[in-house]
Amino acid sequence: MKKNLTHLQQLEAESIHIIREVVAEFENPVMLYSIGKDSAVMLHLARKAFYPAPPPFPLLHVDTTWKFRDMIDFRGRMAKESGMELLVHVNEEGVKKGVSPFTHGSALYTDVMKTEGLKQALDKYKFDAAFGGARRDEEKSRAKERIFSFRSANHRWDPKNQRPELWSLYNTRIKPGESIRVFPLSNWTELDIWQYIHLEEIPIVPLYYAAVRPVVERDGMLIMVDDDRLELKPGEKIEHKSVRFRTLGCYPLTGAVESEADTLPEIIQEMLLTRTSERQGRLIDHDQAGSMEKKKQEGYF
Amino acid sequence: MAHQSELIEKDILAYLKSQEEKSLLRFITCGSVDDGKSTLIGRLLWDSKMVFEDQLAALEADSKKVGTQGGAIDYALLLDGLQAEREQGITIDVAYRFFSTDRRKFIVADTPGHEQYTRNMVTGASTAKVAVILVDARKGLLTQTRRHSFLVSLVGIRHIVLAINKMDLIGYDEEKFRAIEDDYRAFAAPLGFESITALPISALNGDNIIEKSAETPWYQGPTLMHFLETVQVEDDRDEHHFRLPVQWVNRPNLDFRGFCGTIASGTIRPGDDVRVASSGQTSRVARIVTFNGDLEEAVAGQAVTLTLEDEIDISRGDMLTRLDAPPLYTRHPEAHVVWMHDEPLQPGQLYLVKTATGVTPGRVTAVQYAVDVNTLEQKQVATLGLNEIGLARLELDRPVSFDPYGTNRDTGSFILIDRFTNATVAAGMVLDGPDEAQKAHLSQEDSPWAPRRIVLDAVAATNLNVVDLTEEKGLFLLDLARSIEEYLEKGNRILFRLRDLAQLESVAQLAYDKNLAFEFDRNGDGASVLLFKRGTAPAKGYGDDGTGI
Ligand SMILES: Nc1nc2c(ncn2[C@@H]2O[C@H](COP(=O)(O)OP(=O)(O)O)[C@@H](O)[C@H]2O)c(=O)[nH]1
Ligand SMILES: [Mg+2]
Repeated sequence: MKKNLTHLQQLEAESIHIIREVVAEFENPVMLYSIGKDSAVMLHLARKAFYPAPPPFPLLHVDTTWKFRDMIDFRGRMAKESGMELLVHVNEEGVKKGVSPFTHGSALYTDVMKTEGLKQALDKYKFDAAFGGARRDEEKSRAKERIFSFRSANHRWDPKNQRPELWSLYNTRIKPGESIRVFPLSNWTELDIWQYIHLEEIPIVPLYYAAVRPVVERDGMLIMVDDDRLELKPGEKIEHKSVRFRTLGCYPLTGAVESEADTLPEIIQEMLLTRTSERQGRLIDHDQAGSMEKKKQEGYF
Repeated sequence: MAHQSELIEKDILAYLKSQEEKSLLRFITCGSVDDGKSTLIGRLLWDSKMVFEDQLAALEADSKKVGTQGGAIDYALLLDGLQAEREQGITIDVAYRFFSTDRRKFIVADTPGHEQYTRNMVTGASTAKVAVILVDARKGLLTQTRRHSFLVSLVGIRHIVLAINKMDLIGYDEEKFRAIEDDYRAFAAPLGFESITALPISALNGDNIIEKSAETPWYQGPTLMHFLETVQVEDDRDEHHFRLPVQWVNRPNLDFRGFCGTIASGTIRPGDDVRVASSGQTSRVARIVTFNGDLEEAVAGQAVTLTLEDEIDISRGDMLTRLDAPPLYTRHPEAHVVWMHDEPLQPGQLYLVKTATGVTPGRVTAVQYAVDVNTLEQKQVATLGLNEIGLARLELDRPVSFDPYGTNRDTGSFILIDRFTNATVAAGMVLDGPDEAQKAHLSQEDSPWAPRRIVLDAVAATNLNVVDLTEEKGLFLLDLARSIEEYLEKGNRILFRLRDLAQLESVAQLAYDKNLAFEFDRNGDGASVLLFKRGTAPAKGYGDDGTGI
């Protein structure tokens, strides 16, 4: 009898193949590390791809200065454990102008601190390939995204003019200044990610597990009071609830869910039994349909 | 239905354990505009609970705003993602969708029945193992059905689901269903699919999608989901044909030299002898190294790192195989080429040829013929334009390891990249090497006295039109059946692969007898002759069928 690979083994192999191809063909690749669960899996796959060596590229975190403190701790720990260089980039211009999610609204804030910040970092280090942990199942416009996604010299994505992608033969050719975003997790779903984390015992930020945390209710979401920069609006009060996060980003923009799930199997159980998609907790997607596509064309991941 | 809700609630660990053995199936859906592709995939996602409540709310709102179901839920909107296509109400590119049941995870390539059909379909089909070909029950087989079938066969898909959709609109009529099925089987016979499964469905109402429909008591076969969950598609390539294209050499320090790559076929164990395709050097596998510990065995599809017992020179671009059964190692592959760019192929111009083992500069030296995707007939052409498919001969700057695409999709495929624009301009599938070429077209009339007479009596309707004479020994006379003569009169060509130049005489005699012309070519170490009728107009297709696709 021949051994057939399971779906996770096949996804893993495909991702490792993609990561190795980038290292073989590009001069100066980088892995965008957002510290979330998808990044955790992507980093794990990179380590597997080059074992026993550490992955031969740095990690880059575009820090908006509003990330959860737990995320920052975890970031340092994983860089150390993997033996990789960690680059942290902050859009200092945005900081100087005092851009924050409270004063400028989520759309402008995301644009300045994330999209602009990312472009600055890519330009500064002259990376020619950047790994991202996006998955095609996350959002409709991503379903057509290539695994090797071409970006012009000003980082734009042109959905109408993508290179056809056949077999596992990826076209990695670019001209100076142009770059490729590479998505090794393209074919993974949220459930695959969780199952793989479980199977491979991949460490993730503790915020994914339920614990009693200080939260306020704002715009129908539970926002965690992660530091004293969160000013309470009239009528808001801090409550201590058992909550966890299905997705991680900037704490003022990331909604928690009430939950008692403090083990991985319980998290997966909850995920399978709930009926809302993970992106619901992100303020950024709440505008009109098609907004993600616009953001992507402008260079948002 | 899709997930065992009870087990999830009661014993999540048991559930997770049960999910670990799930397999993966990639398939493609093909059909003309409005046959119901988007509705069908939307249904599969819906019924396998891949749609969440917040997405449902968005879907309901969208259905009211831009739906085609008079405000009722339009499943197609789950798919049609990009703004531009939403506005036009059509799918414009290849999109990948995911759903899973307790047995399998599925990746669906959703491709349009629109302008760039060939390019997009070939792209979507390149990684698929099954094709679901939709037919509108009211219309029966269309030119597009034939085209889609040809394309998926070209790209190596062996299993076809003929989904006869909109059965609700023909009153679930068994006779009409059977008539379409019979038509299709007759048409598809020469394409050589391993299985064809015809299903009476209604994507809109869900008949025979997940559950058997009460409307089709006469239908005893599987539902679409049942078929997809159980179809066996694993290749039974024999273990012998081990292939590891070396993707990356891992050298963290002087004591470790690992050869990384994804096994394209076969199996490997420590202690196995291996050979480097380019140099012929051999060694033995020492370890199969992974992050989770060394492996006893690795199989096709795994991304591995091997260390060898000897220090031999291997770099990215090499291919490791077993000692026997080496791959083709050639500068002159012959291949089916699908042209994917607005700028036509420039024969003689240098392109970059990307294969499983890396990038090599090369040129197309000759286009033998193009295939009309509607009629499957050949046209004599000087070049290939957007969405055209032809048989081409390549000349690479250095030899590259290949397998025939028919035996191995990973080591038999390549893409062509324009050196100046970096666009991916074509996809290629390598034909059998001269020694393994198909011999199906020859029928011999054995007679005890020489010379033998070989009558050419069938050209596979697929696309090959290659007659291999390299195995024929001794003298023989060639003759053509009348059907083949007619075929040549229409402007088609037949390529003869020769064992030696002595055989040229037989072909020349045939050309003389039948008033034909031929063109001689040397390719690699062999020789070939292209036989054709001079002065005939190129074969014509059925022409436009009015759908603009
Ligand atoms: N009556 C009926 N209509 C269908 C069926 N499947 C699809 N349709 C309708 O056919 C039209 C085209 O469907 P769509 O899924 O967009 O086709 P596509 O162009 O192949 O993606 C829509 O109005 C669908 O509602 C079916 O099984 N029965
Ligand atoms: Mg459609």
